[in-house]
Amino acid sequence: MQVNGYKPLIVAFCCNWCSYAGADLAGNNRLNYPADVKIIRVPCSCRVNPMFILRAFQRGADGVIICGCHPGDCHYTSGNYYTRRRMALLFSMLDYLGIEKERTRVEWVSAAEGAKFAATMNDFVETVAALGENKRLEDLRCKK
Amino acid sequence: MQNKTERQKEQILRMSGVNPLKCMRCGKCSGTCPSYDEMEYHPHQFVYMVETGDIEPLLKSESIYKCLSCFACVDRCPRGVEPAKLVEAVRILAIREKGGNHMTANDIPALSDADADLPQQALVSAMRKYSK
Amino acid sequence: MQRIGVFVCHCGTNIAGTVDVKAVAEALKTEPGVVFSTDYQYMCSQAGQDIIKNAIAEHKLTGIVVCSCSPRMHETTFRKTAAAAGLNPYMVEIANIREQCSWVHKEMEVGTEKAIILGKAAVAKVNLNTPLIPGESPVTKRALVIGGGIAGIQTALDIADAGFPVDIVETKPTIGGKMAQLDKTFPTLDCAACILTPKMVDVAQNEKIRIFSYSEVTEVKGFVGSFDVTIKRRARYVKEDVCTGCGLCTEKCPQKKVPNEFNLGMDNRRAIYIPFAQAVPKVATIDPNYCTMLKTGKCGVCSKVCTVGAIDYKAQDEYVQEKYGAIVVATGFNPISMEKFDEYAYAQSKDVITSLEFERLTNAAGPTQGKLLRPSDGEHPHTIVFVQCVGSRCESCAEKGKEYCSKICCMYTAKHAMLTRDKYPDTDVYVFYIDVRTPGKNFDEFYRRAVEEYGVHYIKGMVGKVSPEGKKLKVQASDLIAGKQLHIDADLVVLAAAIEPDKSARPLATMLTASMDTNDFFTEAHPKLRPVESPTAGVFLSGACQGPKDIPETVSQAGAAASKVIGLLCKDKLTGNPCVAHSNEWMCNGCSTCEKVCPYGAITYIDKEFRMPDRTTKVRRVASVNEAVCQGCGACTVACMSGAMDLKGFLNKQIMAEVDAICK
Repeated sequence: MQVNGYKPLIVAFCCNWCSYAGADLAGNNRLNYPADVKIIRVPCSCRVNPMFILRAFQRGADGVIICGCHPGDCHYTSGNYYTRRRMALLFSMLDYLGIEKERTRVEWVSAAEGAKFAATMNDFVETVAALGENKRLEDLRCKK
Repeated sequence: MQNKTERQKEQILRMSGVNPLKCMRCGKCSGTCPSYDEMEYHPHQFVYMVETGDIEPLLKSESIYKCLSCFACVDRCPRGVEPAKLVEAVRILAIREKGGNHMTANDIPALSDADADLPQQALVSAMRKYSK
Repeated sequence: MQRIGVFVCHCGTNIAGTVDVKAVAEALKTEPGVVFSTDYQYMCSQAGQDIIKNAIAEHKLTGIVVCSCSPRMHETTFRKTAAAAGLNPYMVEIANIREQCSWVHKEMEVGTEKAIILGKAAVAKVNLNTPLIPGESPVTKRALVIGGGIAGIQTALDIADAGFPVDIVETKPTIGGKMAQLDKTFPTLDCAACILTPKMVDVAQNEKIRIFSYSEVTEVKGFVGSFDVTIKRRARYVKEDVCTGCGLCTEKCPQKKVPNEFNLGMDNRRAIYIPFAQAVPKVATIDPNYCTMLKTGKCGVCSKVCTVGAIDYKAQDEYVQEKYGAIVVATGFNPISMEKFDEYAYAQSKDVITSLEFERLTNAAGPTQGKLLRPSDGEHPHTIVFVQCVGSRCESCAEKGKEYCSKICCMYTAKHAMLTRDKYPDTDVYVFYIDVRTPGKNFDEFYRRAVEEYGVHYIKGMVGKVSPEGKKLKVQASDLIAGKQLHIDADLVVLAAAIEPDKSARPLATMLTASMDTNDFFTEAHPKLRPVESPTAGVFLSGACQGPKDIPETVSQAGAAASKVIGLLCKDKLTGNPCVAHSNEWMCNGCSTCEKVCPYGAITYIDKEFRMPDRTTKVRRVASVNEAVCQGCGACTVACMSGAMDLKGFLNKQIMAEVDAICK
């Protein structure tokens, strides 16, 4: 997808039980979403270490989205609650650092919600593409 | 001709905000309609005819003025199709196609007093049109 | 350094249609560690697997990347392939280039580019993989069935038949469920009680089966093979092992005005009651909301008349703890409330009833002893209108109806209409339908018989309005085929109410960490290939808790669930998931944070002796993970401040490498 001619780079962390299955369902139903989204499978959304997100922004990602099971439906009972709290903190810190809040998102997508997965990704890519390139957290050492 | 029908259909759908494809043809709208026997085309037929682009007969039919706008069909439709809004849109289209007879809000009170023969539907329609 | 082989699957044209598989194989050849790269039509086929096996031997591969469908589909297949070739199965990684690439993108260029990046991420991960060896856990050879309807009964009988002990937990005082309330069953018109009650007796007499009636599950801990379940046995104020079920107390109880829920409130029962004559267990229960003795302390009639001294007014709720290897959910369904459907006047008139109420009215053990009489005045109805799809297929009215088709209504309405015409040929029977949906063996024939042999008037169109007028019910409906609006003076209106999952299902799903769909039906592990298993290992689904079902389907699903349970309980040990947390003891600072976040209590702190570099020994407090209990969620890895905790199979550095590969 291109908005203002810019193709963003999106990293999506999906929990194995709900959101990754939701992404598979989106595929099964042939629901299109932009190829800018690259999915990394994690056992649970609570496995997503804030370091991974910082690293992604450092290496030039324009947006990071974390998808987990709906509250109360976590395969591991409570993992997504940890995610919710951790990411609220992390995102407000990133906002303070100058990474707009729109570039980060936590979404709950169940294994049955292929359509929601595709819609979420379409919306997120559009939002991030409209913001343009992310310049804030580039590690200058990587540019050598 | 084809283009005209297409344009009319699109106008009706845009004005009403109704998606006739959601209709599952249960007929509950016609089952519930209090002026069913007055109407040449019944609520479920309205939905079907707009969907298939068969709009000319609707525009000419008296049915559009027989609808009481009681909204029973809107309330009871299990699929949220809202047939009364379609009827309303066809009605507005008919009025617009005639052209040049737009009313202003100020005309309405006078009309309702003076002309007892004015169909109540026209008043309801005018109210809805101008109160928004 | 790893020696990695990359295998790109065409999946026919599923992948090759939008991804240039040859280009992907070529591009990944130059990635660090990759020594071999190829593509093939169907990697999961025997020939495809042979390619992998041969490559492992030929190129001495230490890691495998398969670019194919979702790992949820074939990860196990390729792990087995690797194991067969002598490679540790956890050295296999899948790049999902079908569900998450070729199927969602349309252009070849875009798809190929993304597939290469996904492949690179997988290669980067495999570079850091280490062989993992799964642990083993024991299997408790006992099953729990939650719900004692026909689904639960059949599942329990089948499991017990294989020789494993089963416990049934039922919230009502008796097992039997909805089927016990039915009169006849379609399409053969067997009497429901005649075919259900023998099964209930089988359950009661089976030595392997225990029934916890009037009970509910309050807590579930543990995992497949060893669930720890707490069952609350609600106080029934009657000693179950002493009561003989003679029923004397239920005749003498002075509190006669209790709505009888078994007859859906159409008649009254006493405060001490046995739901119906064939109840299992046949034990009386005191309803604490109505019992005068329990409320005011003055009465005690039942305890006076009881010849065996079974009444115990001081009984308390008891909690039973039991270990199970497998859990079957069979919580069933309920008809939805009709109160909100104002147009059908359900709340206004007693003569507008639901189909389940109609079942009770025609049941010989029902409030009218099987005579079809109007609830309002006890007269015989001459015109009966059946309305189908009330609340089903109702998209716009989420607050009162359901979006899905309830599936069973077409058939039971045909049954009701047919039986009515058979017993009372002087009645006019109208059925208003949107579509008649009767797929199934002998189902459509059954419906046609209702029309052709019994003269039931089937009318396509919905009822718009029912209004009580005097003794009659004015039914206004459309006949879509005749293009008419009909006005019928009916004596009785029967609403085919949509069905919904039982209210207890949602909290239960949370306890079991089993997933549900938006309608609160339990989700199956795979909609086609694993229909009786929940995605949560060790939890199985039986009956209408998974979706609307009729009795034949429920029974076959119950048998299927039982066979899955038996398959599980037959095993002595289960192979665990080796992707569990692991603490680096040298880095652990003993802060206890991980212990607090672990949802399974898998982490404990131990005092351990360490040899320091200066050859002294020092006792330090460090985290230790119980690998059998750890489920591998990774919550602790993020909470760990010193970075000592890591998750095998999803190491910090592995995920970091994936991020790097994607963001290159």
